[in-house]
Amino acid sequence: MRYLDKTVVGLSIAFLVLLWADFFMAEWMRFVGLQSLSRGAVALGLLVLWRTGLVSFGHALYFGFGAYAAAMLTLIGFHDAFLLVFAGTFSAGLLAFLLGFLLRRYRAIFFALLNLAFSMILYGVIVKTEELGSTDGFSVRAPTFLGYAPEGEAVQTALFLFTLVFTYIITVGVHLYLKTTLGGMSMAVRENEIRVEYLGYSAEKVIHYKYVFSGLVAGFGGAIMALAIGQVDPDSMANWTVSGEFVFITILSGIGNVAATYVGALVFELIRTYAFEYAPQYWQFILGGSLLAIIMFLPDGIWSLLSRLRKPEGARGL
Amino acid sequence: MSVVLEVRDLQKTFGAVVAAKDVNVSVEEHEIIGIIGANGAGKTTFVNMVTGYLKPTSGQIDFVGRSILGLPPREITRLGISRSFQVPQIFASETVFDNLQMAYAIAEETGLGLFSPLQNDARGERVDNHLQRYQIAEYRNATASTLPQGTRKLLDIAMAAVRKPTILMLDEPTSGISVEEKFGLMDVIMEALRQDRTTVLFIEHDMEIVERYVSRVLAFYQGAIICDAPTAEALIDPGVREFVIGEEYHRTRSKTGGIEDA
Repeated sequence: MRYLDKTVVGLSIAFLVLLWADFFMAEWMRFVGLQSLSRGAVALGLLVLWRTGLVSFGHALYFGFGAYAAAMLTLIGFHDAFLLVFAGTFSAGLLAFLLGFLLRRYRAIFFALLNLAFSMILYGVIVKTEELGSTDGFSVRAPTFLGYAPEGEAVQTALFLFTLVFTYIITVGVHLYLKTTLGGMSMAVRENEIRVEYLGYSAEKVIHYKYVFSGLVAGFGGAIMALAIGQVDPDSMANWTVSGEFVFITILSGIGNVAATYVGALVFELIRTYAFEYAPQYWQFILGGSLLAIIMFLPDGIWSLLSRLRKPEGARGL
Repeated sequence: MSVVLEVRDLQKTFGAVVAAKDVNVSVEEHEIIGIIGANGAGKTTFVNMVTGYLKPTSGQIDFVGRSILGLPPREITRLGISRSFQVPQIFASETVFDNLQMAYAIAEETGLGLFSPLQNDARGERVDNHLQRYQIAEYRNATASTLPQGTRKLLDIAMAAVRKPTILMLDEPTSGISVEEKFGLMDVIMEALRQDRTTVLFIEHDMEIVERYVSRVLAFYQGAIICDAPTAEALIDPGVREFVIGEEYHRTRSKTGGIEDA
């Protein structure tokens, strides 16, 4: 029973409600939902890094890598969603594992920008590769699900269901993980690496673990995104602006709770969609304005609204 | 009694600066050793080399019969040498309890154990017990950054002692502490460490403290040990008096029994 806290219960309720709603939802809502789950998953990885005191301006690297890994498998005839998403997730995880040996030695702005640098290398490689459609990318056929090959609107319904199940598992997993010793060591590394070393553990190793995890979930998000929009292209998958969006979502959400990342991703999606629809000339202005407002009025993110309501005096993150 | 720490011919140079030369020390189990010397004499360099923070230019460091030369601090810590710092190294934005809970968790969990919950009742009890022994229980829920200096020092040392190390090296436990508080603080620390039967080496400038808690003194001067002797002997050693203590100590001591010191 120890594991059934408010967050797990809340996530489970949200999971069941969305599961049920999947069969009635308007198509555009499902589309927004898929995008939010995909970006929210990436933000979940950034949340774990952020708690360790690290910000990455380059997670489009893993997002794009996961997306392209999944999409490239469709080029050689694999279309099963399970296979594609697992491939996207674990190839990005492997890349994060390898780059982690270098990145774990850097902190602060150096860490942030080194990530950016690597992500721009991937971007450059994709743009220069004619076989992968260069800047246009290529389209990804609708996936199958263990032999089940839906058509029309049923594709999105099935994909949403699929995504929902996996993000639910990942999110509850991360929530529980944050309460373990290794999860808690985020705080220790952020606060004082010297003390961590002199307590007998390697701060760099802690960072490496967290980094691989963030790569895995970013790859997952990327693979889902590729299937959701049925297309991969460098500008919406691997460009630095995509990394910026993830950081945006993380700031918007705050790092207080794992559920916040999805709320943040959804709010981001809605702001962008509506801003683009009603003010096509000024949508970036509106997006920037909302970020400014969040930083000024809700520095701990949207989630802090909840804790503010709950305990007005001296609210502290969960 | 057996030798737990054996340092032979330790040298450390930073360019032209000699921070340690011909340092030879043998430490026996359960000893309480005071390390004295003027600023820049090489005391902290010595501690940094033994705990793996600095790599000696040459020499040997053996801990319970095996060489620990070149090992990183975390491995030396795991083997059984811990240290505290002149400037407390704590998790400043967390509560005192959470600081120690984290220290216990890192000390107790390895491998897959890292995925077990950070909080559990048995660990909480050990933390509370530890807080009692170091007499910081009243600050249990205070944020570490708001603590008074003495308490922060205690927390730093308490965190270093969590692993029940064989050897604990304290870097100036009483620096920045008011004269009235010093003895109280040292009583708490030394009593807790005596219960754990820890071998203690501590750097200290206050000869009153040295006289009261230490059985043996290592006096550093310009990177070398100029005196390694029982406390009473060391404090009247002419070299120590000239290069470490200064004449001031002698004068005030003979007049008043010694409250002030150099």
